[in-house]
Formats: sequence, structure tokens, C-alpha cells
Amino acid sequence: MNVRRSHYFHHSRVVKSQLMQANRSYERYHRQIILKGFGIGAQQKLTGARVLVVGAGGLGCPVLMALTGAGVGTIGIADDSRVELSNLHRQFLYTTHDIGKPKTGCAKAALEAMNPDVSIVAYHTHLTNSVALEIIRDYDIVIDGTDNFQTRYMLNDACALTGKPLVYGAVSRFEGQVAVFNGHVNYRDLFPHPPKSGEVSNCSEAGVLGVLPNLIGNFMANECIKLITGTGETLSGKMLTYSALDNNVFIIDITPTAEGFTLLPKSATDFLRMDYPSLCGVLNDESIEIDAKEFSRLVSSGDISVIDVREEEEMPSLKNLSYRRIPLSFLLKNIDGLKEGAVVFICQSGKRSLQAARTYRDADIANHGQTYSLKDGVNGLITQGLFV
Amino acid sequence: MSNTITILFFGQLQDITGSNRAQVSMASNTDLLREQLIAQFPLLEETTYVMTVDRKIVRQNTPVDERSEIALLPPFSGG
Repeated sequence: MNVRRSHYFHHSRVVKSQLMQANRSYERYHRQIILKGFGIGAQQKLTGARVLVVGAGGLGCPVLMALTGAGVGTIGIADDSRVELSNLHRQFLYTTHDIGKPKTGCAKAALEAMNPDVSIVAYHTHLTNSVALEIIRDYDIVIDGTDNFQTRYMLNDACALTGKPLVYGAVSRFEGQVAVFNGHVNYRDLFPHPPKSGEVSNCSEAGVLGVLPNLIGNFMANECIKLITGTGETLSGKMLTYSALDNNVFIIDITPTAEGFTLLPKSATDFLRMDYPSLCGVLNDESIEIDAKEFSRLVSSGDISVIDVREEEEMPSLKNLSYRRIPLSFLLKNIDGLKEGAVVFICQSGKRSLQAARTYRDADIANHGQTYSLKDGVNGLITQGLFV
Repeated sequence: MSNTITILFFGQLQDITGSNRAQVSMASNTDLLREQLIAQFPLLEETTYVMTVDRKIVRQNTPVDERSEIALLPPFSGG
């Protein structure tokens, strides 16, 4: 009897607490629940939704705050940067005390304080194609709040491949763009190829008005909420440009293109093989440069050519190594005629060979991922006692 | 028929054109407009953008008239 009574009381306490929680939630979201065409149904869809926000900067902050306020059930945040003083004029999730701390941690704490109903998952990582599919799999919608083309193209391709809706936003000084890529078009139908490196400046180079990304981020959050709840009309197949200077809104239609489709990776394997940094002209020297030991290993494995870019008379020449000499000045002039498989460039100190490798990697797209430069050059080989 | 047409420029294209709009001589199609734009602003030739006529992206030569709204939009990267 006692047992049953206590069970009954326990059960009633649970029910009561669930009711109180439901009441609190009802009260928290009351002002949007009473909207005609929204209601409890839309609120429940938000509670059940999982949204990944990539980039917790100028666009990410307002998106995160708006989605947390609206009661999106699970929100992922991917970013690998730390809070800087120059962020604070526009990134309102962070305070002066957060400077130097990882953004994901600060954002998670601030958002959980705003709304404890929402579960925040922090990924303190630079999202690349090696992990993107695994992370995106857990979410219904992806938000692009990044600040560079390599991640933008990578996210676009990942979402097109997996069929996840992508809410895109980008800013430049006083203007912002917003679009929804949801199945029939993708960012490559707008801009098939990334612009050349250095052609388009980011916020740190070109500047940005503090309120602008907050406006654009809220446009993005609005698109996301409409996608989840089925309310209204989204920007699917359209791109909106807003100018803070004159309040002009300019919406264009995006139609599918053969090129935009052709350039997409068609399988997870294709996607993993994509080299987004070099596609966007961002050369990661770390992935080009190899040390003397790695050089020795590659050469003994056979399938790689070695090109010495020193001038003809430069010494020492190398022993027990099959290589060609093409002085850098000649090579740079004739780079288009060069067709190599895997290739490693060498010189005396590793500087000229790095330039050769960068240039060749840019010139021969088919060769991406197989071009190397010997770090520290022949000097490094001498130190290691290799090939001399 | 008006003898000029207004072209709108967005984002950093304004660094090349110096303004968010420019007048060029009226032309019957977008290829002719592009030629005039490049003659006036040579840096446009090496720049990434889409051209729209009446808010639709044009990839091929498209007829225009004095009522057409022409715009050039570049990619933005900032976030």
C-alpha cells in the first residue's frame, strides 16, 4: 500500500513537473504561438528541429540568438576561432570578458542561459570536407554563416550531396546576401567557380557595418524558421540582396544550370577527394611542404618525379637520385607545358621550390594534391646525409 | 527610345565602377552591354559576377530594351 502510494505520489510529481514545464514553454513562446498560421503545431516543429550553424561570427551570432529564442530544439555550432576585440561591435553573443576564449564555448554558455529548453552542441573545429558529412548527418538544416569561400563551397557541395536545405548568408560592407538552397538549385548555379583568391575581400579587409550582419543573420534565421514550420514563403531558388545604405531589397531568381550540376561532387568519395582550399586559391603550404625523410620515402616508393629548380651551375648535384633540372625562371615561363603526375620540386633552401610548387598547383588543376616542395631543400638533405 | 540605360552594381563591383549605378549607351542585347561595360571599366573583365535582366540571371546573349532593369552582382564572402 505504502509502495503504491509513494509510486502514485512520485508519478503525480512527474506529471505536475511536466505540466509546469509545458506551461513555462507555452508562456515563453506564447507571442508566436498565438500568431495565425503558426500555433502550437509550428512550435512543436521547432522543438523537434535540429539546425547546424556553421560560423559563430557576425552572421552566426544573430542566427544562434534568434533560433535559441524561437525554441529550436537542438542547435549545433561549428567554429574554431576565438573571440577578438574587433568582433565585439557586431557579435553580440560575446562580452569583453570572452576575449581570447573559443567562440563555441562562450556561445553555448550564453545561449543556454537565454533558453535552457534548447540543447546546444558545440564543435570547436574548422569544418572541412573530412568531417562535414558526419556532422551534417545529425541535422535537418544547415546555416552558412562562414566568412570564406572554401567553407562556403564545401558546405554547398555537402548539402547538395546529402539533400539538406542550406540557408546561405554573406555580407560585404553595407550589403548582405541571403538565399535558400533547397534541392533544385545550389550556390554553384549562381557562381559555378570560386572567385580568384584576393578578388573578394572579407570583413577584416573590407570592413563591415556592425548592424549589417545582424540584419542579415535575422533574415537567415527567419528563412530557417519558415523552412522548419512551413510558414510563409522562403527564398528557395532566389537570392535577396539588402543594402543598409538605402534599404533597397533586390531579389533575383536562381535557375538550375548544367554547369552548377556538373561541378558538384556526385558521391561521398568524390566529396572527400575535393581540395577546397586550392579550389579557392588558398594554398596551404603545410600540405605542400615535405621534409627530407618524407622526401626520401616518396622517392624510394618510385612513382614521383623530382624537379630541381636551381640554376644550372648550382652545387652540389645529388647522388642516387633520378631528377631533372629546370631552373625556376624557365619553369615559371613554361609552367603550362609541364604535365606531371606526382611531383616534388627541390632547390637549395626550399624557397624557390615552394614557389614552383604553388605555381604548378595553380596551373595544373588535374595535379591537385600531388605537388610537393622539399622543405629546407638540398641544405636539409645535407644535414640528414641523404642523396649527397 | 532613350539613348542610355542604367546598370546597377552591387558589393565590391562598386570599387571598380566608383558608384552603385552607371549609364551606358542603349544597346539591343546583353553582349553589347557587356562590351560597353568592359570598355568603360576594364577591371570587370577579370571579376566574378552574374548579370541579371529584370532580376533573372542571364548566361547567354539576351535582348534588352529601355524598360529592362540590368544589374551586376558579385559573390560576397564576409560573415
